[in-house]
Amino acid sequence: MKRKTFLRAGIATLSVAAMAAMSACSGSSSSESADDGSGSDTIAIGFSQVGAESGWRAANTKDIQDTLTEENGFKLSFSDAQQKQENQIQALRSYIAQGVDVLAFSPVVETGWDAVLQEAKNANIPVILTDRAVDTTDDSLYESFIGSDFVEEGQRAGQWVADNFKDEELKVVELQGTTGSAPAIDRKEGFEKAIAGTDIKVVDSQTGDFTRAGGKQVMEGFLNSHDDIDLVFAHNDDMGLGAIEAIEAAGKKPGEDIKIVTIDAVKDGMQALADGKINYIVECNPLLGEDLAEVAKKVVAGESVEKRIVVEDAAFTQEEAEKALPDRKY
Amino acid sequence: MTLIYKHRLFWPLVALAALLLACTIKRPDILGITVLDGHLFGAPIDILRNSAPLLLVSLGMTLVIATRGIDLSVGATVAIAGAVALTFIASSDHPASVGTALGAIIVALGLCFILGCFNGMLVANFGIQPIIATLILMTAGRGVAMLITNGQITTVASAPFSTLASGFLLGLPVAAIIAYGVYLVVALLVRRTALGMLLEAVGINPEASRLAGVKSKTLVFTVYALCALLSGLAGLIFAANTMAADANNAGLFIELDAILAVVIGGTSLAGGKFNLSGTLVGVLIITTLSLTVTVLGISPLVTSLFKAIVVIAVTLMMSTRLRTMLAGLRERRRFQEASA
Repeated sequence: MKRKTFLRAGIATLSVAAMAAMSACSGSSSSESADDGSGSDTIAIGFSQVGAESGWRAANTKDIQDTLTEENGFKLSFSDAQQKQENQIQALRSYIAQGVDVLAFSPVVETGWDAVLQEAKNANIPVILTDRAVDTTDDSLYESFIGSDFVEEGQRAGQWVADNFKDEELKVVELQGTTGSAPAIDRKEGFEKAIAGTDIKVVDSQTGDFTRAGGKQVMEGFLNSHDDIDLVFAHNDDMGLGAIEAIEAAGKKPGEDIKIVTIDAVKDGMQALADGKINYIVECNPLLGEDLAEVAKKVVAGESVEKRIVVEDAAFTQEEAEKALPDRKY
Repeated sequence: MTLIYKHRLFWPLVALAALLLACTIKRPDILGITVLDGHLFGAPIDILRNSAPLLLVSLGMTLVIATRGIDLSVGATVAIAGAVALTFIASSDHPASVGTALGAIIVALGLCFILGCFNGMLVANFGIQPIIATLILMTAGRGVAMLITNGQITTVASAPFSTLASGFLLGLPVAAIIAYGVYLVVALLVRRTALGMLLEAVGINPEASRLAGVKSKTLVFTVYALCALLSGLAGLIFAANTMAADANNAGLFIELDAILAVVIGGTSLAGGKFNLSGTLVGVLIITTLSLTVTVLGISPLVTSLFKAIVVIAVTLMMSTRLRTMLAGLRERRRFQEASA
């Protein structure tokens, strides 16, 4: 009996404290956002990044931070979710509580966003997705999705292979990205679509987890279990670079004995392409800052924006890489 | 016959043989070794080389576990070692020189040793539970590695440093020579001196061994420092393998693989008696498993499931209680048949 009252008293104290804390939070943040609104016409934008897992992501972060500056009329709050959804949801909630004008984020995973997006909608804060999409039944929860078309990227890679080796029987091995991730699923699908109906065959496909070490180890296995691999299709540059090491260790020449096609076009990949170790790279453009700025301005001004904005991706052959390399931003 | 059958490494070795057999059925010539550009080349050589980092980490882990401890921070230490070494090389004026590579190795190993001393201090001197003490570095360590690399994947070109992983000496991979060499030295040290017995004494009963005059604090401190040092070496090989320091992914979950290797090898997590040859077999099983997945062409969607099934099978076969139960069943059936 006594114990129960203690418990109840404890809960009561806790909830009072929590309420006080909450009201303190909302009090301070509402005054802050009032300042933002009346002081000038800068747009307060909260951005939650996936993490810093690859060279691509680092370039993406830098571009967003360099574009959404105060000179360009933005007040950017940036946070890194370290590849965890709960961190990202927490960041989004705190941005909603701060009363930002626009929310933007690259979702770590596809599902589980409905609740927090609904909160944003209730608070009348428009949401913009970058790089990766969310899987939701209610499209009205976000304004726009800016990013590359992963299926298209895979298809372009496949198309290049089909165009260049259409009359040959080609044995291809595939280094997939992280199992279940959108880029891995879509790039695989696009590639298969493009080579359908030709004599090009994907004889083996394994995940290298988008990392160099993964790419290298899986490629070693492939080289041991298949005699005459003609071409490697890697879902990103890093795995392709790992494959190069494995191929060289097996005494073969990457780019000649075994051709390599990858996606991303980060600096190291482009260098390998220019050096003749990779044969073709489809770019996955990380420079989303400008599109994001434009869409954010439109949304705040109340103009309508397109639901899906596809970022222009380039593609490079070895000669083109040599020319493009000096001017690359990432 | 029963002696072989009852040997604690019998089932792990059967598992290893089964994995290799599965590969051979799919690809009859897979275990062949050829000479290529003056060095040996083939799947067994790949297994030896790829097992190097895990062997080093598991070696340290075995000794830590023998003292009733556990070290969760080995993966983070792997990441830190790679980050420090490659950042050191990248910032030097002569990245391709042998001196720079040696400097990088010394700085990285030195830092890892200090981190190990930190773990050892927490466990041995302050009596913090090992799982919590090393959890601190496990979580903070990757952050430190990220700070060092600035959140980027640092890549450098340094031929002497890459020799650590890709080079060959006398036809054998340098990485394997380092790892198996260190393994032999440590094994001789603990088994040919009283050190191993003292470690086991600490693991079986710390208080009793202390009263008996064993310097248990010093021993415990030393195994954590050594474990971090070995993990650092593993991290260097890992980084040299791709010449890239990936703070997020280098050595990710290697602590779990190492614990698994130790357990498959027959060392109890409760501490005490440890078995270094068992750990070696465990490491080889885990490394071969990755190759098997690729050779058999198992879909990435079920890879983890396949690995789990193999691990469950091995550990179940090793369980004495299960074997006794099965033997009991057979006995009863025979009895029923006889009476019927």
